[in-house]
Amino acid sequence: MFEPAIILTLLIDGLTNGAIYAMMALGIVVLYSVTSVINVAQGEFVMLSALSIASLRAAKIPGVLYIAVVGLIFWSIFNALAMMRQGAAPRQLKIWPILWPLFLAGLLISVVPPLAKAHLPYPLQIFIAVVLTTLLGPICYRLVLEPLPKASILVFLILAIGLHLALTGLGLAFWGPQPYDLPPFSKGGMILGPAYVSYQALWLLAISALLMLALYLFFNHTIYGKALRAAAVNRLGARLMGISAVRAGRLSFSISVFLSAVAGVLITPITKMVYDFGFLIGLKGFVGAIIGGLTNPVIAALGAIFVGVAEQFSAFYISSAYKDVIVFLLIIPVLLLRSLQHQDFEEHVD
Amino acid sequence: MSLLSVKDLSVRYGGVEAVSKVSLEVPQAALVTVIGANGAGKTSLLNAITGVVPKRGLVSYQGEDISQASPESLVAKGITLVPERRELFAALSVLDNLRLGAFHRYLKRDSTIRQDIERVFSIFPRLAERQKQLAGTMSGGEQQMLAVGRAMMSRPKLLLLDEPSLGLAPLIVAEIFRVISLLKSEGVTVLLIEQNARAALKLADYGYLMETGNILLGAAAKELIKDKRVAEAYLGLSH
Amino acid sequence: MRNYLSFEGLSWLVFVLFVIIVPLFLSSFYLRLMSLIGLYSLVVMGLVLLTGYAGLASLGQAAFMGVGAYTAAILSSRFALNPWLSMIAGILLAVLIAWLIGLITLRLKGHFLALATLAWGLVITGILRNWISVTGGNTGFGSATGNRFPPLSILGYPLRDERLYTYLIWFFVLLVLFLSLNLMRSRMGLAIKALRTGSIAAASFGVNVSQLKMLTFLLAAAFAALAGALFAFKELFIDPKIADLSTSINLLIMAVMGGIGSLTGAIFGPGLFVFLESFLQEYLPWLIGRSGNYEIIAFGFILIFILHRARQGLLPLLRDLLPASPVKPINHQAEPLPKRILDRAEGEVLLRVDDVSKNFGGLRAVDSLSFEVKRGEILGLIGPNGAGKSTMFNLITGVLRLSEGEISFKDSLISKLAPHQIAQRGIARTFQHLNLIGNMSLLDNVVLGGYGRTKANVWQGMLGLEGGERERARAEAHRQLKRVGLAEQSFERADSLALGKQRLVEIARALMADPELILLDEPAAGLRKHEKAELIDLIRKLKAEGITVLLVEHDMELVMTLCERIVVVNYGTKLAEGSPKAIKQNPKVLEAYLGSESASL
Repeated sequence: MFEPAIILTLLIDGLTNGAIYAMMALGIVVLYSVTSVINVAQGEFVMLSALSIASLRAAKIPGVLYIAVVGLIFWSIFNALAMMRQGAAPRQLKIWPILWPLFLAGLLISVVPPLAKAHLPYPLQIFIAVVLTTLLGPICYRLVLEPLPKASILVFLILAIGLHLALTGLGLAFWGPQPYDLPPFSKGGMILGPAYVSYQALWLLAISALLMLALYLFFNHTIYGKALRAAAVNRLGARLMGISAVRAGRLSFSISVFLSAVAGVLITPITKMVYDFGFLIGLKGFVGAIIGGLTNPVIAALGAIFVGVAEQFSAFYISSAYKDVIVFLLIIPVLLLRSLQHQDFEEHVD
Repeated sequence: MSLLSVKDLSVRYGGVEAVSKVSLEVPQAALVTVIGANGAGKTSLLNAITGVVPKRGLVSYQGEDISQASPESLVAKGITLVPERRELFAALSVLDNLRLGAFHRYLKRDSTIRQDIERVFSIFPRLAERQKQLAGTMSGGEQQMLAVGRAMMSRPKLLLLDEPSLGLAPLIVAEIFRVISLLKSEGVTVLLIEQNARAALKLADYGYLMETGNILLGAAAKELIKDKRVAEAYLGLSH
Repeated sequence: MRNYLSFEGLSWLVFVLFVIIVPLFLSSFYLRLMSLIGLYSLVVMGLVLLTGYAGLASLGQAAFMGVGAYTAAILSSRFALNPWLSMIAGILLAVLIAWLIGLITLRLKGHFLALATLAWGLVITGILRNWISVTGGNTGFGSATGNRFPPLSILGYPLRDERLYTYLIWFFVLLVLFLSLNLMRSRMGLAIKALRTGSIAAASFGVNVSQLKMLTFLLAAAFAALAGALFAFKELFIDPKIADLSTSINLLIMAVMGGIGSLTGAIFGPGLFVFLESFLQEYLPWLIGRSGNYEIIAFGFILIFILHRARQGLLPLLRDLLPASPVKPINHQAEPLPKRILDRAEGEVLLRVDDVSKNFGGLRAVDSLSFEVKRGEILGLIGPNGAGKSTMFNLITGVLRLSEGEISFKDSLISKLAPHQIAQRGIARTFQHLNLIGNMSLLDNVVLGGYGRTKANVWQGMLGLEGGERERARAEAHRQLKRVGLAEQSFERADSLALGKQRLVEIARALMADPELILLDEPAAGLRKHEKAELIDLIRKLKAEGITVLLVEHDMELVMTLCERIVVVNYGTKLAEGSPKAIKQNPKVLEAYLGSESASL
C-alpha cells in the first residue's frame, strides 16, 4: 500500500495535475487582483486551445477563429456605439477605433484557413492555436467586462458565469461531445527510481515551471509587470501615472487566458479533452486561488499544487470516486481560518 | 498666457454641488494656491480638473481643451497630480513607485530615468535609505515625500498638489514645501491646494480662497495673506 | 378600489384565479412546464431574497434542492416515513447545512459565499453520484431503480394526477410568495433591504447584521429544499442532475431575467426561462445539425446582455405600465412605541472615551485620545482633515475595534460590543455619506431606525401578524418626520429628495431609535444657507428635549454657534478642549487650521 513506487507515482501525477491547476490559479489571481473579476471561465480557454489544435491536426478551421472574428466585429461595433454615446455625431466618429478590429478580423479570416489546411508541423499548430485563443482574452474583456467599469464583484462574477456558459456551449457546437486526443511532445518515458514518468509529464512540469518563472520575472523585473501590479494595488494611483485601467484589464485577461491556452496544450496529451472538461480544471485552480485569498500568487500556486497532489493521493488511498469531493472540501478549512481572523466589522471602512 | 485655465467648472455628487462655476488661471511658471477650510470643495476641484470625477465646464491646458481627457492621458501631456490620499502603490517598493512615476517615459524609451531617480534620492535622502522598503510600510511623512518624488519622476510641466501637508508634522511639511519651491525655481508650474493657508501663501505668487464650492477671493498671495476674510472663512469668526 | 386592501386583494384574486383556471385547459406537456415553472419559482424567490435584497449570491441553490429531494425520497422509501414528514426533514437538513456554510463564510466579503456555495454544490453532486448504496448514483433513485417511494397524499388520497399536483405546487408558490411579500414589508424585511445599501448603517440602528444575513440564507435554502422535495414526489424519481451546478446557474439566470430585486419577477423569470429553454432545445440542434444543449450559448449571452442593458431584469419594463399600488394610511391613534426612561441627572458623564488608540498597520489614526460627553450637552468634535474624527466615530459605534483604551456609555463598558448592541444601548448616528435606501419611501426609511425598539420576529413578519406594532412604528416614524419638518413628504421616495432633506431624514431615522446620545457626522455638508439655519434650530430643539449630541462638522460657523464645548483633535490626539470662545482664541488651534508660519521656512 505505501510502497515508494506507488507514492512516487502518485506524487508525479499529483505534481503534473497540480502544475496545471497552478497555472489556472495564477491566471485567476492575476485577473482578480487587477480587475476584481472572478473568472469562472478560466478553464474554458484550456478546452478551446486544446480542441483548436485537434482541428488544425485534422486540417479543419478551428472554431476559435470564428469566435475571434465575430468578437472583433462586435468590438468595432462597441467602439462606434461608445463614441456615439459620448455625444459624437455620426460624422464626427473617429474612424480608426472602428476600422482596426475589422482589419484584424479580415487578416485572421484570410490567413488562418490556408494555414489550417496546410498540414503544418505540430509546434506551429500549437503556436497558431495558442495565439488565437489568447486573442480571445482582450476580446472577452472588451465585450463582456469593459462595458461595466464600475460593477461590483458580484456582477462581474455573474458576467463571468455568462461567459462560461457561452464558451462551453460554443465548444460543444464546434467540437461535439466526443473526447479529443493530442500526441505527446515526445513519445515514451523514463524510469525515475522505482517509478515511470512519461516524457510528456516532464515537458509539462518543465514548461509550466518555466512559465511561472517567466511570470515572476515579468511582474518583478519589467516595467509593464510592475505597472500591472500598480494597477492592482491602487487603480487611481496607477491612472494618475498614465497606466490605463482598461489596458491593464485587457493585458491581465490576456495573460490569464494565455496561461490557460498553454495548459490545454500540455495536459491534453495526458488526459484527452472534452468540451466541458476545461471547466472542472478551472474549478480546481479556483480551490488553489481561494487558498491564496484570490490575491496572493505564491500561496495560490502552492495551494493549487497541493490540490493536485491531494487529489491523486485521496483517489488512491481513500476513493477515486470521491476525489473531487475531497478537493472541493479543502476550501472549508481555508475559509474558516479567514473567517476567524476577521476582526473589524467590515474590511474597508472609509 | 495661462498654462492652465479653468472656466465655469462645476462638480455635483448626487444632489450636492461641491464646486459651483469656479474659474481660475494658472500662468506659466507660476505657483498658484487655492486655500480654504475643510469641505470647501478644493479636492473636488483638482479631481475635476484631472478628470477623476465628472464635471461640467471648460479646462484648457496650453490652449488645448482637455475637459474630456481621461486621467491616464494627462501625464503624457505634462500634467501630474499628487492626490490628497497620495494613492501610492503600497505593496511595491519605494524604488518601483518611483520607476512607475516615469511609466510614460519608459514607453518612449527615455534613457534619463535612472538619473532622475538619483535626483529624487538626493532631494529626499530618506527615500534613498528606504528604496527597497514597501511603500505601505513607511510613515505618513515618508509616504508624502514618495508621492512628490513619484510625481517628479513624470517630469511634469504642471504639478497639481492636493494638500501635501495633510496630517504631517511641521518639520516634514517644511521639507515638502522646500521641494515645491525648488521645483518652481526650476520652471515647473504648480497649482497647490492647501488648508495650511499661511505656509501656502508664503510660497505662492497668487492665491484663491475657496468656500463652500465657490471662489471667494483671488489676489496676489502677499495681499491675501493679510486679508482678514481668510481667517473668517476658516474659523467662522465673523459671528 | 382606492382602498389599499382591496387593490392588493384584487391583484391576489386575479392571480389565484389564473392559477386555478389555467391548468384546466392545459395539455400534459404544458402542465409539466407549469409545474416546472412553479418549482423553479420557489427556489428563485429565495434567491431574490438573498441576492436582490441582502446582496449575497449563492451558486449552490440546486444543491439545496438536491438535499430536499433526496432526503425526502430516501426517508420515505428506506424508512417508510410519512412523505410529508420526510419533506420537512429534507428542509431541516438543508437549513442545517446552510447554517454551517453560513457560519464560515458570512463574516467574509460577499463573494466568498458564492465561492463556498459553488464548492458545496460540487461536493453534494459528487456524493449523490457516488454514494450508490444510498442514493442510487447516476442511475437515479425511484421505482425504476428498485427504490420505490410513495407519493404525497392528502387525507389518504394520493396525489398522482398531474393536474392535481400542479395545483399543489402552485399552492406552495402562492404561499411562499405571500409569506415573502409579507416578510419584505415587515420589520425584518426592511432590515434585510438595508443590508445591501450598507451593513454599517443597518447595524447602526440595531440590526444584528450577520444574524440577518444568516436568516436570509437559511430561508433561501429552505425554499430550495421545499422545491426539491416537491419535485421528488412529483416524479417519484430523482437523479443527481437536480443538484447540479448547471441547475444552480440556470436558477441564477432565471433570477436575473425576472429582475433580481423583485419577488414577482421570481415567478416571471422562471416562466420566461422555461419557455425559452424548451423553444431553444427544439430549434438550436436543428439549426446546428447535431443534438446537444446548445441553449447554454444563448443563455450565456442573455445573461451578459441583461446585466449590461437591463440590470433590473425584464419585468420592470412591464411593471411601468401598471398603476402603482396606493399606500396604506398611517394610523395616528396607534399607541406610541415604548420609550427609554431618562432618569439620570443632566450634566453627568454619558459617554467616556478613555485613552483610546487605533492603529491601521503602521499608522496611528487615533492616539491616546480621551474626552467625555456630558448628558444634555452639544459637544463638537473638530479638527483638520485626517485628524481622526471619523475613526473616532467608528470606534464609538463599534464599527472598528479599538487597539487600546476603553469607551464606556452610562458607566458600562461598550468598547467590546458589536455595533448593533451599542445601538441598542441608546447611541444613534447619521452618516457623512448618506445611507438611505433610495427606492424606499421616507417613512419606511425612518421606520427602519426603530428596528431596535420593535420586536416582531421573522415568523410574525411572514404571516403578517405584526400589524399592531407596525402601525405603531409607522405612526412613530411619521412623528419623527414631523419633528424634522418632512411629514408632508412621508411617502416620497428617499432618492427624490434634495441632499439637505435627505440629511434630515437620516436624523429622523436616528431619532426613531429613541437615542440618549446622537452622533451627527457632518450634518451640514452640502447644505445651503437656509437649510443650515433649519438644521441649527432642529439640533437646538433636540437638546431641549433632553437628547445629547456629539457633532463632527467642518462648518465652523455651525459648530461655534451650536456647541457649548468643543474638543479639537489633530494627528489623532487632543489638541484643545473648551468653550467656542476659548477655542477661537487658542493659538494652537489657529495653527492647526491655518498652519504655522514656521512650516514655510
